[in-house]
Amino acid sequence: MTHRVDHLIVGAGHNGLACAIELARRGRSVLVLEAADRVGGAAVTREFASGFKVSAAAHLLHGLSEQRVRDLDLEKHGLRFSARRMATVALNESGPPVVFSNGAVRGVSSQDAAEFARFSRRMSRFARLLARVNDTLPFRVSFASWRDRIDALKLALRIRTLGRSDMRQLLRIAAMNAYDLVSDSFDSNLMKGTLGFDATLGAEHGARAPGTVLTLLHRWAGQVDSGALGIAQPAGGMGALTQAMARAAESAGARIRTGARVQRILVQGDRAAGVVLDSGETVEAGSVISNADPKTTFLDLLSREHLDTDFVRRVSRFRSKGLVAKLHLALDGLPGFNGVEATALGSRLLVSPCLDYLELAFNPSKYREVPARPALEITVPTVNDPGLAPAGRHVMSIHVMFVPYDLGADPVGARARLLNNVLETLERYSPGLSKRIIDSELLTPADLEREFRISGGHWHHGALALDQFFITRPVPGATRYATPLPGLYLCGAGCHPGGGVMAVAGRNAALKVIAGGA
Amino acid sequence: MLADVPPRPPVRPHYQRPLINTPFFERSRLLIETDSYVPWSGYSTPDVYSSVEQEYFAIRNAASLFDLTPMIKYRIAGPDAERYLNRLVTRDVSRLKVDCVAYTVWCNEFGHLIDDGTVFRFGTDEFRLCTAERQLDWLLDSAIGFDVLVEEVTEQIAALALQGPTSCAVLKALGLAGVETLKVFQLRQFRFANQPLMVSRTGFTGDLGYELWIAPEGALALWDGLMAAGATRGIRAIGYRAVEMARIEAGFILPNVDFISAAHTIRLNRETTPFEMGLDWVVALDKGHFNGRRALLEEKARGSRRRLLGIEIAGNKPAHNALVYDRHKGLRQVGEVRSALWSPTCKRNIALAMIEAPYFETLRQFWVDIYLHRELMWERRMERAWPVDRPFFAPQRRKATPALDR
Repeated sequence: MTHRVDHLIVGAGHNGLACAIELARRGRSVLVLEAADRVGGAAVTREFASGFKVSAAAHLLHGLSEQRVRDLDLEKHGLRFSARRMATVALNESGPPVVFSNGAVRGVSSQDAAEFARFSRRMSRFARLLARVNDTLPFRVSFASWRDRIDALKLALRIRTLGRSDMRQLLRIAAMNAYDLVSDSFDSNLMKGTLGFDATLGAEHGARAPGTVLTLLHRWAGQVDSGALGIAQPAGGMGALTQAMARAAESAGARIRTGARVQRILVQGDRAAGVVLDSGETVEAGSVISNADPKTTFLDLLSREHLDTDFVRRVSRFRSKGLVAKLHLALDGLPGFNGVEATALGSRLLVSPCLDYLELAFNPSKYREVPARPALEITVPTVNDPGLAPAGRHVMSIHVMFVPYDLGADPVGARARLLNNVLETLERYSPGLSKRIIDSELLTPADLEREFRISGGHWHHGALALDQFFITRPVPGATRYATPLPGLYLCGAGCHPGGGVMAVAGRNAALKVIAGGA
Repeated sequence: MLADVPPRPPVRPHYQRPLINTPFFERSRLLIETDSYVPWSGYSTPDVYSSVEQEYFAIRNAASLFDLTPMIKYRIAGPDAERYLNRLVTRDVSRLKVDCVAYTVWCNEFGHLIDDGTVFRFGTDEFRLCTAERQLDWLLDSAIGFDVLVEEVTEQIAALALQGPTSCAVLKALGLAGVETLKVFQLRQFRFANQPLMVSRTGFTGDLGYELWIAPEGALALWDGLMAAGATRGIRAIGYRAVEMARIEAGFILPNVDFISAAHTIRLNRETTPFEMGLDWVVALDKGHFNGRRALLEEKARGSRRRLLGIEIAGNKPAHNALVYDRHKGLRQVGEVRSALWSPTCKRNIALAMIEAPYFETLRQFWVDIYLHRELMWERRMERAWPVDRPFFAPQRRKATPALDR
């Protein structure tokens, strides 16, 4: 059976759906094909233990802008938030925590608090600049057209108009490591640990690696961009967001098919002309837009003879191994944390007591080992959204930092050690927690790769690092959503501006598809 | 997890000794009078045995024996070998028959030349790629996603070029019956001294000639056999410089002389495309995608920035590295000479010159600024030049089949 559509989107992740909405609204016929049985990609809600539901990969919105929610009409399509502007609580093993909320910090010396206000204002100015960069089409470093030069000059001008002092500071810190920047600024270990955590969450290095200030800024930019949403939790989990997006796409006229795995991209006359499904079915399309990660798109879905060696070489070296594992716990009651009031349990809770702790947690990953004392981002989504678990019971959703994709010769043993280490760490901050666990699920990067079909299991499809950022993301030759193969586009987190559930890459890609050109 | 970067073979021991000798060293060292060995791809090879002129005339008037071992050789084999090569090089390898050889070039994504060389086809799935430079990294990265084996076999094969009007007669005297029926760009398997010997009718001289490929163990026996068979046919061992003269007459290009590999250029716009080299005939734009095709299509539509032309220059002074002008007064530089030679056979002053657009099309006459270093003094000649057809020298015997065998 053969159909024909204007645009075929491979993968119904949030970016694929955002792209579908934008295209369908402009009257194009759009078909979204999703391999899984539900839409959402890595932004889904699913059951992990009988009666317990959780956002299986991403569990918080860090940078979805209010503007985007309005643009995509998501509230009309059923999106609600169970929490907005969530505070970040830096857990303290023995003592009061440090709390970051609404741009201020509590629980530190007045000197640190004042310095944080200054630091935060400056970072926000840089982040605003970055947020605007996120929304733009990256210029080509080859300066293939005058437009590229003008765009580069515009960026230079934006940096210049920050003013002399800010410009100097930005250029000084942009490629610097977060460890030094944060250590220079603050005294409080918990505070430094938290900023270091945010600089390395989803990155591929510890806080001492050059470029980690950039990842911190990237996160900050998401926050600035998110407006009143801040760090937010959709009611019904992340799946509710993508469900709303799917409804928005369908009401705009796009068609979505789940359980339809694309086997390969069809090429005719040096142009992407459609796809062939696992079932053997062929769908022809004017253009194919891939929400799959760059490696899957170019190395798996496309036959290699359609791409040049240079490009394949760059794609195969795109660093895409995830470094974060996900742990889901089903609990028989509400857990407590040392020094944290019950009202704050719905916050984002971090175990990253100091920068050295973070660095020590990172080190083993270099040798395919799991951390002895892992750094954690913990949420108890059922505090804000009780419907995710049976009455009176709770779900804990944890990002475990620095878990390598390759777990060495004994992956089974490594998993067991990891689970044990996480639970031991949790026990220090939440005594008695272990006894409340009814069931658990651990997803290492390799598991995330399998479940969400992301090569390497990296939620950003590839590390956000200075050399895989903006004008070089994912790789030269595909930085502007168009790819070397005419008619084939990328729209996922592997593109500028990268991951985090922001739906920016999908929107940018749609605009590029409409504009055409290289 | 999807295809990672393919593993690299262990490092070869070249680094332990700066240059190694070829399997023919035991013979060349007895004949060489000048002791002028030059480095070539990690080997030490003769530059001149006794006199360049005598060696050159052995190519054109008798038979010449040239040690080709350092030419880089890759074995490319497997079910995807043809698909792999077709994506790698500009020619249509699917049209290359078994037991045939094809000259080709290959490019990067910008259509810029990486190297030139020859593809030998031994079977459906079995090829050899001979290249000027080592590039295993490029070849292995090109293999990502193809079911193909790529391995360097340079050291496993000793090679000799036997070139000149009596070369076929020499091979027949050696006992290779029927070799005269071999056509240009064909190859055939023989046996010599109980060893397989592959003979291809190929060469870098533009003359009647063959290349002989044998395992290193058989190298010295082959050399001795050829020298004995050629004793009455004017055979002479020749060095690199005589070949260099012959190849310019034949109009063949040399990497890093006539073009720079895109793998080596640092400055912008120093790269070269096949069209700029006048190699349109090796670019099969209609065969489907290959490395650089999209860029080459664009160049085809836009026009080339420059083009390599064969030119003839007045006078008899070779125009080495000369600048080319549009007028006698040298008002506007329109190009430069890449290879130059006073051709002893053609009795013409010839050169390969890279001429900028639009002058390669618009100008029928150039002026070449020749500098001569004579007894420590520089002299300058502004000579008239004009485009001529390549090859400069193309004897009928080069292609005649059956080959001249007496």
